[in-house]
Amino acid sequence: MAKLSRSPWLLHYDASSCNGCDIEVLACLTPVYDVERFGVINTGDPMQADILLVTGGVNTQNAPVLKQIYDQMSNPKVVVAIGVCACTGGVFKETYNILGGADKVIPVDIYVPGCATRPESIIDGVVKAVGLFQEKYDKNIKNLSSSEWAEKKAAEELNSRMTDSKEGN
Amino acid sequence: MIDFRIISALAFIVLAPFIGGFLEGLDRKISARMQRRVGPSVFQPFYDVAKLLSKETIAVTASQRFLLVSYLILTVFTGAMFFFGSDLLMVFLMLSTAGVFLYLAGCVTSSPYSSMGAQRELMQELSYEPALLLTGLGFYIAEGTFRVQDIVNSRYSAVMFLPGFFVAFVFILTIKMRKSPFDESTSHHPHQELVKGLTTEMGSTNLAIFQITEWYENVLMLGVVALFIINSSVYSIPIAIIVVLFTYFLEILIDNTSARVKQSKMLFLAWSVTLVSAGVNMIIIMLIR
Repeated sequence: MAKLSRSPWLLHYDASSCNGCDIEVLACLTPVYDVERFGVINTGDPMQADILLVTGGVNTQNAPVLKQIYDQMSNPKVVVAIGVCACTGGVFKETYNILGGADKVIPVDIYVPGCATRPESIIDGVVKAVGLFQEKYDKNIKNLSSSEWAEKKAAEELNSRMTDSKEGN
Repeated sequence: MIDFRIISALAFIVLAPFIGGFLEGLDRKISARMQRRVGPSVFQPFYDVAKLLSKETIAVTASQRFLLVSYLILTVFTGAMFFFGSDLLMVFLMLSTAGVFLYLAGCVTSSPYSSMGAQRELMQELSYEPALLLTGLGFYIAEGTFRVQDIVNSRYSAVMFLPGFFVAFVFILTIKMRKSPFDESTSHHPHQELVKGLTTEMGSTNLAIFQITEWYENVLMLGVVALFIINSSVYSIPIAIIVVLFTYFLEILIDNTSARVKQSKMLFLAWSVTLVSAGVNMIIIMLIR
């Protein structure tokens, strides 16, 4: 079984962020933090990426773009929402054009809060994402297509909610 | 009795990806140290390829895989021919054919980034092709044969007659290895104005095939550098290895200290260096003989 966790390639998408979190994402690649020592490459290509970093709240214009980027990534893949805007919409939540966090459009696995998020927390989130990336591969979901994976995940979620409500009763 | 040439060709087919991958790992480590970073493990390229091979493959076009596999097989075959000791000119011509398959693999997708990367790949090929063919010709003028086997067994190192050709060849090696300042079609570095250029539409397995072919190609090109040094004496082999490693280090140094140039400038620089350095060398040799 391949050790996928040794080579996580990142893709960073800025969905209407104020650039605060984006600068911190790039700071992770500088000599001070140097995430490349873990094998991380900041690639610009969704077809080659494993982990999607989203910064900023999603608005009506970039929602389809984010969806398309997510669909172009091959399984297994992990999505990390960086910063409070990408997690929930942040201070812009009530704005007329903001839909909310990245999870309104694509399934988000890991939430990294902060405004702006510090590089240490980003690295922490990425390390968690790398663990999940390996876990997803080990569960052998690599043969599922993106839409199948989304369906499976939705079914699992529904299932767990139903059992939760049953337990609650 | 097993021929040494067959062993050498087989050794290339089996060992070249490991040597190429290890050299790339060294490249990334040394580059990181030049930028005062810790850098990844030297085995990182192998981890990357292992991951790429185990991910789901999204095929943009069905023919892309076929074209990439053709590129791989042709490159491996060309390298095996070189290490078998056959015709050098044939090796260079076959290498150009393999390059055409790569160009087509970039072209078949509808992505504008990939197509533009492919156009630039063609431009790169146009830049280094004269120097490659002249190198083959230079070996013939100096040694009187195109056969790699006879060049290796000659009394004097070819570089003694062909210093200008050696300079031209090392210069175009930067273009061939897609190192900055000539990483036009696709770059090893994160920043790329064309996303990932030629490899934009290559994911998972397809990218792994591309990567492995690059390793074969790099070992083949460094083999040609060694051919300049090696002669019938055994002592020339360690010297050739040192020269190859030094050349590779020089490529890393150039990669880390220069910014990308425009295509026209690349063409102009490559052709002028080829013409001046190799051309003058050729005239001198022809006058002396």
